[in-house]
Amino acid sequence: MVELRIEGLRITQDDFTLVADWALAAGGRVAVIGPSGAGKSTLLNAIAGFFPLTGGRILWDGTRIDTLPAGQRPLSILFQDQNLFPHLTVAQNLGIGLDPALRRVDWQAVDRVLDRVGLTGLGGRRPAQLSGGQQSRAALARALLRARPILLLDEPFAALGPALKSEMLDLVAELAGGALVLMVTHDPNDARHFASQTVLVADGRAEEPQETGDLFAHPPPALAAYLGATYPT
Amino acid sequence: MARRAGALIAAGLAALTLVPVAVVMMQAGGRGVSAPDLAALRFTLVQAALSALASVACAVPLARALARRRFPGRAVLIVMLGAPFLLPVIVAVLGLLAVFGRAGVFNSALRGIGLPEVSIFGLGGVVLAHVFLNMPLATRMLLQGWQAIPAERVRLAESLGFGPRDHWCHIERPMLRAVLPGALLAIFAICLTSFAVVLVLGGGPSATTVELAIWQAIRFEFDLPRAASLAVLQVLACGMAVGVAGLFTSASGFGAGLDRAMDLPAPGGWRRGVDAAVIAMAVLFLAAPMLAVLQRGVPGLLSLPASIWSAALASLIVALLAAPMAVGAALALALGRAQGSRWLEPMAMLPMAGSQLVLGTGLFLIAFPFIAPPRIALPITVLVTAVMALPFAYRILAPQARSLQADYGRLAASLDLRGWAALRLLIIPRLRRPLGFALGLCAALAAGDLGVVALFATEDGVTLPLAISRLMGAYRMTQAAGAALVLVALAFGLFWICDRWGHGGTAD
Repeated sequence: MVELRIEGLRITQDDFTLVADWALAAGGRVAVIGPSGAGKSTLLNAIAGFFPLTGGRILWDGTRIDTLPAGQRPLSILFQDQNLFPHLTVAQNLGIGLDPALRRVDWQAVDRVLDRVGLTGLGGRRPAQLSGGQQSRAALARALLRARPILLLDEPFAALGPALKSEMLDLVAELAGGALVLMVTHDPNDARHFASQTVLVADGRAEEPQETGDLFAHPPPALAAYLGATYPT
Repeated sequence: MARRAGALIAAGLAALTLVPVAVVMMQAGGRGVSAPDLAALRFTLVQAALSALASVACAVPLARALARRRFPGRAVLIVMLGAPFLLPVIVAVLGLLAVFGRAGVFNSALRGIGLPEVSIFGLGGVVLAHVFLNMPLATRMLLQGWQAIPAERVRLAESLGFGPRDHWCHIERPMLRAVLPGALLAIFAICLTSFAVVLVLGGGPSATTVELAIWQAIRFEFDLPRAASLAVLQVLACGMAVGVAGLFTSASGFGAGLDRAMDLPAPGGWRRGVDAAVIAMAVLFLAAPMLAVLQRGVPGLLSLPASIWSAALASLIVALLAAPMAVGAALALALGRAQGSRWLEPMAMLPMAGSQLVLGTGLFLIAFPFIAPPRIALPITVLVTAVMALPFAYRILAPQARSLQADYGRLAASLDLRGWAALRLLIIPRLRRPLGFALGLCAALAAGDLGVVALFATEDGVTLPLAISRLMGAYRMTQAAGAALVLVALAFGLFWICDRWGHGGTAD
């Protein structure tokens, strides 16, 4: 079975430590939840190659990927912001995902994926000429175009309003297809809405993924503390 | 890639700056320091210290007046304060001679009211010229200090009913205490290696700097060991000044903004009159020499010797080669630094610790046994000018490279955008403005520079600044002024074209 395996992972910076040791099957929909500062983003950045590991390995389909440069790992990542180059057009921003030199780009494929995310005909615009929601769609479109088997979402829709955000999550769910999606969120509703499994990050550990429903029905103390006493279960 | 390219460039730069110095040191070997050498060192330090103090002393009231007054033409005036940095030094000296020389307006006025004449030659003239060249830079650095006073603090001061005196005690004085040391040291370091000013206005046993003494030792006495031991003195002085200045690095003053969110209080009464007088005097002091060159130069344009045009071509070639070299190397260093190679920053500043004539002496000593120095005058000039301009380009590019890396570094890495593709699609488009500005600045500096070329050139390989200084030496002042206009047009034209290119990108 193809899976993303996090093996004895250890990340340290100053007095911050995060450990994780588990695996996720290909094609899953996984939320990463926990208090702020616990290391949710750090975990995703480590998988993506922007945070050095102090120990452990990361494997995809049995092959070690934590030694690869960020751009050569079998994944796409959407950051909280700065997902598009402001000086390139939307189409170029997408095409750069296929060929960083923008020389061998299948521009028809770019147009097709723009259609799929609802940005038909906007390829010639610059990011600043798009609304916030449209910018998110463009960034997502590039991830779809790259068609890597893992998609990491580091709260890319956090700046959108609630309605737009859930619209984007629906779009991800609809379009991500066979990709394994890991999504950082601090909103339990997002997790329940989107993810069948959830990883809780708290107290220096990224816990083993659990069924999202189970986790929220019987929250461990760290999650209960994060959610607060009034959280309706 | 940038880190590797940066490391390579840093290694090359280190070789280019340190090998000549090492050669100089070996050559200086046994020879001690003579009394004239020490006199030159003393004069160098004294004139640099006085120049720094005088420039800053003039800049404080000017920057303050500009910071708190609003008047038509203020924005233009602040932009124009950047101009003396681009102005070829030899042209500035020519203008100052026209105003403050024996036959100048200033001395005529003194004679008119029965006062004794003042001489522009010697220590006074050297300091005057350095103030002319550096006071605008100091003003822009201090102006940034004033503009960086947070609006909240200004509002607080107003709500507490501060008068101008309280404002000075609690807001302006602490700001100046933070900004002044950096400005003083920057100008001190610049004046230590000043050559063209001292070449014309200094000289003689009482007014010779180390830089000038090196030139004399090579050109007139052909005393290479003496040149070498002088060069060692110069390296020690510059190295110490740059080291100390590094502790006080502050805003460069090149890109000072024009406006702030909240206006500073503009007290009325006599203070208003004083501010107006300060601004008027500064404009007069800075504009008069330029106007004098213009007035003398226009007739001179008609009688320019043909050699001026070949010298202008040589200067153009030097600028077109040296500027991209300096900016390209500075870009690689700035990008490497932005990606985490901290050690590249002191490497980029390394040329500041040397001087044109020190590098020139080293290269002269290396080349002399193998090839006639005049034959390599232009290549050496290109190389040395590029090396000396590099720190300026680095200072302009480094902050922008850092924010480029912070904003788009991860995105570029996640898309595997690197190497030439990154240069073409990310770096040049995003850094176009500072790149254009740095290119323009380096091109203007290279075109207007009179330094190492004076060591090497005879009849061949003469650049325009050198040709002008020779015309001045022959008292052909009208022709010199005409050639100076050509040089000014060349330097400012190059700057303008490059800076335009920088602004030509698409707005985002």
